[in-house]
Amino acid sequence: MIWKIVLFLLIAFVSIAGITFPIVAKPEHWYEFPLIMGLGENAKIIFFHVPTAWLTVIAFLMSTVYSIKYLRNKDLVDDIKAHSAAQLGMVFCILATITGAVWAKFAWGSYWSWDPRQTSIFALLLIYGALFALRSAVEVEEKRAALSAVYSIIAFVTVPFFIFIMPRIMRGLHPGSADDTNAGTVVNFKMNGNMQLIFFLSLIGFTILYYWMWYVGYKSMLYKEKLNKQYH
Amino acid sequence: MSSYALFKKDLASELRTRYAINSLVMFIVVTISVILFSIGNEKISDFLSGGLFWVVIFFSAMSGLSRAFVSEEERGTTLTLQLIASPTTIFSGKLLFNLILVFAMNIVIALLYSALFEAFVIKNLSLFLYAFILGNIGIAIASTLIASIIAKASSKGTLYPVLSFPILLPLMLTLIDLTKQAMDTTTFSSSYVELAILGCYDVVMIAVSFMLFDFIWKD
Repeated sequence: MIWKIVLFLLIAFVSIAGITFPIVAKPEHWYEFPLIMGLGENAKIIFFHVPTAWLTVIAFLMSTVYSIKYLRNKDLVDDIKAHSAAQLGMVFCILATITGAVWAKFAWGSYWSWDPRQTSIFALLLIYGALFALRSAVEVEEKRAALSAVYSIIAFVTVPFFIFIMPRIMRGLHPGSADDTNAGTVVNFKMNGNMQLIFFLSLIGFTILYYWMWYVGYKSMLYKEKLNKQYH
Repeated sequence: MSSYALFKKDLASELRTRYAINSLVMFIVVTISVILFSIGNEKISDFLSGGLFWVVIFFSAMSGLSRAFVSEEERGTTLTLQLIASPTTIFSGKLLFNLILVFAMNIVIALLYSALFEAFVIKNLSLFLYAFILGNIGIAIASTLIASIIAKASSKGTLYPVLSFPILLPLMLTLIDLTKQAMDTTTFSSSYVELAILGCYDVVMIAVSFMLFDFIWKD
């Protein structure tokens, strides 16, 4: 119970701080964010968009890890865990795509411009969609678990091509692209201390939220399976 | 049973029925003529024709390459194969057959395409050839692996492009980019990264295929 309250307070603080703290040219107080050239007020999306994109990848990673575990142990609980993670990954992937597209409308002038990062999030959406299509096409439980585990591992090895290589070799508009002169690369984002603090608090808060949702999701799927087996 | 024997068996049964070859040739003709009709008398740009080239290749691959494993399921010979050969042998045999098929198919497409499209002029032929060879290998590996997955699923025809597209997307994007570069310049220096990506993709895919095929193949 206590960590749910902590999570609530954390997310509430991050939401309020992320939206209301002003952006000024020379931050003097602890509640002021620095101005990043070329981003301005648009920079605030980092507190909400980046965590959803981060969770998309984390959910995919977890799904793959449980897929590998399933292939090793053939334990159907691992398959349910992987499936639950993939479902959440799809939700966060849609959120990241939509928040990114809305942001792009204001920052770049159009909702969609096939920036390398937009291409990669689109590919992730396709991968998740294909994974669910595959799951619904196989009837036998063990076969379904094995095939979707194999597919998510194959898809996982192609993700580095999208996330790490493509945005760096292709010309892009996204902050952190190879030819971005305003914001610089992702690693040395021009954030000051408090902006970084709220950014990382947001990452932590969203990650805990994801873990909680994943836990509830896989437990409920597990109970559904048990009830199905009892009454049929 | 060696993988070469499996390849010879596939080749013999293919030459007897000519199912994949006939449908592939017709598919290529249909796809290219649809593109030609839709262009009509319009003048298309060089880069667009380079991109459309890979569209033709992708959909032709999607129409023909799933046969490798689906035909075994349909004829009910999967269990026999499981008894007489190890999964690695079977995968390399099927991969060999699909490699030959992809290369034959894509060479036909390339020749037809460059004859029919005036805008499709490659300046840097050796760069294009490197990209073509590495790309064909990647397409063959990935589509053979996906074919083995969908052979076990119920909706075989529609699922194949759905599952293959996200896996082939990094390869396709790099190939389209390289084709543009081969049409644009005659130098090599700016294309090493892309060629390296193609090489990495092929190596990663072949490693993953041999590691995971056991789990797909064994019931």
